[in-house]
Amino acid sequence: MNALGFPILSLITFLPLAGAVIIATLSGAEPAVARNARWIALWTSLIVLALGIFLWISFDPAQAGFQFVEDHAWFTGVAVQYHLGVDGISLLLILLTVFLTPIAILSSWPVTLRVKEFMIAFLLLETMTVGMFAALDFVLFYIFFEAVLLPMYLIIGVWGGPKRIFAAVKFFLFTLAGSVLMLLALVWMWRNAGTTDIPTLLHTPIPPKIQIWLFVAFLASFGVKAAVWPLHTWLPDAYGEAPLPGTIMLAAVLSKMGAYGFLRFTVPMLPQASAAAEPLMFTLGVVAVIYVSLVALAQTDMKRLIAYSSVAHMGIIIIGIFTFTVEGIEGALFQMLSHGIVIAGLFICSGILLARGEPLLLSRLGGLAARMPAYAALLMLFALASMGLPGTSGFVGEILVIVGAMRVNFWVSLLGATGMVLGAAYMLVMLRAVLFDKIARPELGKLQDLRPTEWAMLVPLAVMVMWLGIYPSSFTHIFDAPVTAMVQSHVAALAQPMALAMVTK
Amino acid sequence: MMPASMIFQMLIPEFILGLGGMALLIFGVLSKSNKFTACTTGAVILLIATACFVIATPATILFGGLFQTSDFTRYADLLILLGAAMALILSVDYNKREDIDRFEYPVLVLFATLGMLVMVSAGDLMTLYLGLELQSLALYICAALARDELRSTEAGLKYFVLGALASGLLVYGISLVYGFGGTTNFAALAHELNRGPAGYGTVIGIVFVLVGLAFKLSAAPFHMWTPDVYEGAPTPVTALFGTAPKVAAIALLMSVMLGPFGHLLGQWQMLIEILAVVSMLLGSLAAIGQTNIKRLMAYSSIGHMGYALIGLAAGTEAGVQATLVYIAIYVVMSFGSFACIIAMRRGGRQVETIADLAGLSTHNPGYALALAVLMWSMAGIPPLSGFFGKLYVFSAAINAGLTPLAIIGVLTSVIGAFYYLRVVKVMYFDAGNPNFDKTAGGVRFVMAVGAIATALLVFIPGPLISAAHAAARALMG
Repeated sequence: MNALGFPILSLITFLPLAGAVIIATLSGAEPAVARNARWIALWTSLIVLALGIFLWISFDPAQAGFQFVEDHAWFTGVAVQYHLGVDGISLLLILLTVFLTPIAILSSWPVTLRVKEFMIAFLLLETMTVGMFAALDFVLFYIFFEAVLLPMYLIIGVWGGPKRIFAAVKFFLFTLAGSVLMLLALVWMWRNAGTTDIPTLLHTPIPPKIQIWLFVAFLASFGVKAAVWPLHTWLPDAYGEAPLPGTIMLAAVLSKMGAYGFLRFTVPMLPQASAAAEPLMFTLGVVAVIYVSLVALAQTDMKRLIAYSSVAHMGIIIIGIFTFTVEGIEGALFQMLSHGIVIAGLFICSGILLARGEPLLLSRLGGLAARMPAYAALLMLFALASMGLPGTSGFVGEILVIVGAMRVNFWVSLLGATGMVLGAAYMLVMLRAVLFDKIARPELGKLQDLRPTEWAMLVPLAVMVMWLGIYPSSFTHIFDAPVTAMVQSHVAALAQPMALAMVTK
Repeated sequence: MMPASMIFQMLIPEFILGLGGMALLIFGVLSKSNKFTACTTGAVILLIATACFVIATPATILFGGLFQTSDFTRYADLLILLGAAMALILSVDYNKREDIDRFEYPVLVLFATLGMLVMVSAGDLMTLYLGLELQSLALYICAALARDELRSTEAGLKYFVLGALASGLLVYGISLVYGFGGTTNFAALAHELNRGPAGYGTVIGIVFVLVGLAFKLSAAPFHMWTPDVYEGAPTPVTALFGTAPKVAAIALLMSVMLGPFGHLLGQWQMLIEILAVVSMLLGSLAAIGQTNIKRLMAYSSIGHMGYALIGLAAGTEAGVQATLVYIAIYVVMSFGSFACIIAMRRGGRQVETIADLAGLSTHNPGYALALAVLMWSMAGIPPLSGFFGKLYVFSAAINAGLTPLAIIGVLTSVIGAFYYLRVVKVMYFDAGNPNFDKTAGGVRFVMAVGAIATALLVFIPGPLISAAHAAARALMG
């Protein structure tokens, strides 16, 4: 049992499930059920958020190990435990999830089709995501990792846009194919270590020859989830077709699952293979940053432009992780947080236009700054944060990654920084097309500025963008200890074979 | 020597089924009106009573080793009784609507169940054959129950002809084993075969026995009858075929291969591996082109038998446990899915194509969710129970050094996911109005039990896993 005396992680994980069960029992007239379902979902997610903040306050950042650990026998005979716990890395991602879920639920207020089922799917999604970040058993992790697919498949396929079925099936099969390869890697590691306990696996050496194969399996699985170029092709379809709340969760949280997988499994468990694959990962990251930024520049649709910007930012995160320096990994983690919040803000801004019945084609928008000043200011803030302007959240992460990359490879650092310039280019193109050009059509002149729900969604995000940008150490100190420990053990693991070789000589 | 009263006590479950079945038969024949409902109710009660006595009967060996009970037989018996009871509940409404509500049906199911119990408890090749034939003969008639319908009679005939062939192979194999081993008793055979390397005659005999049993199990390449019989037989009969006889066949296969022939693991292991691989491949590839959901279930069951055989191929206690866990999960998913299929009635007629399910999630969300859960579980997506079945068999295979088998299993389950996913896609994403008739209470009950058990196993896996563990230990000594 943990220091708090009650299983707080299980509570955070399964409270949304309880909310989903309550919603499932609702019955009666359609409008009343829809209203109750919305409010129950919102309140459940807010209570979970409060619990998450409590978790943050009770967390001891000085420790590098796992805290709030829960460990129970579960599947006997195969030695699979129900084992939960968080360190600084997973804590922040859980906080990101529980922070964004209420906002995403708010953004689903305009959904009128089968609201009850939608809210159930959404709360299930929260359970799976939080459970995945908190899992300390590989099988448990795999279960949550895979189970995320089920609600997301339905969210895209039932509530999505015109090409939703294609997008949903593509999303499902891409992710499933990736994660099944991970299942094989899991089973191999299981046999190697005799357990699926993640803290034990972290200290179980694996022969370097095998590491390469395991690395490929993990890359297939986490790379698809994180939409690493060239495994990202499902992403523009899924982001484009998913309903707004689904897009927010996909872009802000689900893509972080892949990056989290790299940090939790690939780097610490496969040190030699990760080091050997460093040039490959740098190449993929740099290509993502530059090529995908150019693709984003060519987009004519606001939502798709934002979707491609997301792939480009994932490239920065991948570069940061594979520098194996404290700056690089911290930068990647910070960028994960910042990207989650910024991308949610950008997608909500595009959703606001959609909710007013406007098409998202850039050529048919324009001049909104005069008509919707508050909207324009907030969109501007998120776009600047996405470019990495100093003072916003995006700056801290990118500068740390670039500094980390500089210590390893000058060219990677230079090319990564080029991405920032291109990022500024496509974001400014979007801002001009949406906010400043001449009003493309007379209807645009009649648009209303932000409504109360929209304020409620955007203001917390804007506050977080500023907080992360102005006082980053209130977040970085949480993951200082685990990241330092990870980098040290990585260096030690690489040094070990050399030391052994010297002894044998 | 055990006193007669003790022997009787040990055999109460079998007596209940046999005598109860005969009593129901007499009752049905002597009644003036059609007593289908009363007989079915009686049969379900008898099955439940049998289950209670199965739990209460201690482990024993009777009649000089002809008949034995243990934790292993108890586990398999309970699954068989569960499958048979669920299939009977499903038949009540269906048989009435299809005008095949004959009282002989529940009686035949009881006799078939008795045969399965004898199969599972067999301690001698003769008892094995007797049990198998009692089961098969009763099931041949069940397949042809809708005797005025061409498809059903065709199914019954096909099942009978091919089943007779398999029985012939089995008896031939038994005769070879007897000729070269000198006995038909399991324990004596095990002792005999342990003494030295087996002769060619014994090995050929074992291969014939294996082929005969693989046929009953519908493991590829001995599966040819399965799709036609599944499609042609009335759906509740198909539900029966998909559950209880599968448990009986795989339990029998395990007790024969690991009992008397256990020392020859090296000789037959490769055969089981081939059966498993071919079944998994065929089950996943051939199902892709199916439009009829009953045929889909037939190929799906062939694939599932392939996964279940992986545990047997491992030949270890963990492997047996894995197979037992897998088969239990499979039975629950299977009767749940068949309940969903039986509920597919429009305008008083059964409809059977996957496309008929279009738009189901809008018009009947609970039904659609149940079928979605069952399909996802069959595809092996966590956190549903089907995933854990696969996890246990794959881990047993890898620990026994059969890594390629596990890799093939993982790959075929991705292919399989495609067609299970298609059913979900049709229900949730395609527009349409299924306009199904109101579903009977019994069918809804079976559907709910199947789906809920499948979804919630993840929370309370303990009882099933420890029961399977005890059963595996009883079998492997």
